[in-house]
Amino acid sequence: MMVMTTHEIDKKTLYAFLENIKDPEVPVLSIIDLGIVRDIKWYDDELEIIITSTYSGCPAMDMIATEIRTQLTTLGYKKIKITQSLTPPWTTDWMSEAGKRKLQEYGIAPPDKRFSIPKDGVECPLCHSQNTRLVSEFGSTACKALFQCNDCKEPFDYFKCH
Amino acid sequence: MSALIDYTIHLADNSLILGQRNSEWCGHGPVLEQDIAITNISLDLIGQARNFYQYAASLTPSPSPLSGEGSNPVTEDTLAYLRKEREYKNCLLVEQPNGDWAQTILRQYLFSQYQFLLLQQLQNNNDEQIAAIATKSLKEVAYHLRWSREWVIRLGDGTEESHTRMLKAIDELWRYTGELFMPADYEKESGVDFGELKNDWISKVNGVFTEATLSVPDKTYMQSGGKEGKHTEHLGYILTELQFMQRTYPGCEW
Repeated sequence: MMVMTTHEIDKKTLYAFLENIKDPEVPVLSIIDLGIVRDIKWYDDELEIIITSTYSGCPAMDMIATEIRTQLTTLGYKKIKITQSLTPPWTTDWMSEAGKRKLQEYGIAPPDKRFSIPKDGVECPLCHSQNTRLVSEFGSTACKALFQCNDCKEPFDYFKCH
Repeated sequence: MSALIDYTIHLADNSLILGQRNSEWCGHGPVLEQDIAITNISLDLIGQARNFYQYAASLTPSPSPLSGEGSNPVTEDTLAYLRKEREYKNCLLVEQPNGDWAQTILRQYLFSQYQFLLLQQLQNNNDEQIAAIATKSLKEVAYHLRWSREWVIRLGDGTEESHTRMLKAIDELWRYTGELFMPADYEKESGVDFGELKNDWISKVNGVFTEATLSVPDKTYMQSGGKEGKHTEHLGYILTELQFMQRTYPGCEW
């Protein structure tokens, strides 16, 4: 691959490039879909990527940071700084519409404002019934709750509003 | 500055020790969903602890007695893995054993209710980083609080057996709640209104206990000292397990 200098690449291109990096826990979502890339900054010879964690204890964050570094190195960046920001705290409001669609197709119910506190009735991502029940507000990862559909009987994850 | 470092470490220690305690349930929960719930809570708490430790480390001049052996820089890891029992500033409540499910639930509820109200105050703290960590953590703690509150009600107002176990848990843990509202020296400049915190907490706990057909004990001797490093015997055992790898194989990574 041709090595580019920092000035040949603009922010938009870089965001598009970071679309290739997926959340290791929810591999259908890119880190851009999730809204965890908050800013990109250039200094003389250094590139700074500012990211924010979804939940404080999300174990995927270290992996994501490593992956960002690895991928950007292939573009020719030598000095890459990855900074974690805490303010403003991450919210599912930053999730892209494309991201929500991808979640749905993947079998995870996307965040839904009507269910900011998880309760029965979240739409089943498989058969689209709203006759569903909350099993637990905690699921396979920090960001999800467990549900079961009363119609198709399938268990499913709901990506919680946060 | 020293008070701010101690206060930040105190907040981190509370979260780390309760997170470590809850993680003992991993693979042993009463049913799968609740096993997952309590370990998720662990994960949130340990994440919060990391944020506070990282901040405390950034404030600590290096080398310092907190960096462990030699003159290594202070990091979140040296703070968690290389401090001695007497240097830990967590409150006594969080180090108490898991006991049965009732005791674990009650400990979580009493702490989450306290933590929720505390973080609400800390969101507006003069220290920007403390305020930022508090704001982020509060979203997570809202889940812990809702979950543990529902369980207190379910068990208290459940069967004769579950009710009796909750009474026993109250008897066991209540004595460790007084300390939460007795500010240590390093908490005096924290900007936290302890009077308000205590009133809010007791009124919330009263409400939940009433719904759970339980009651707040009238007068109990209150045990204290954890915030100043004087712990119950349990903390030593927790640290033995928590710190074993780093003590035995210094600097090991995996």
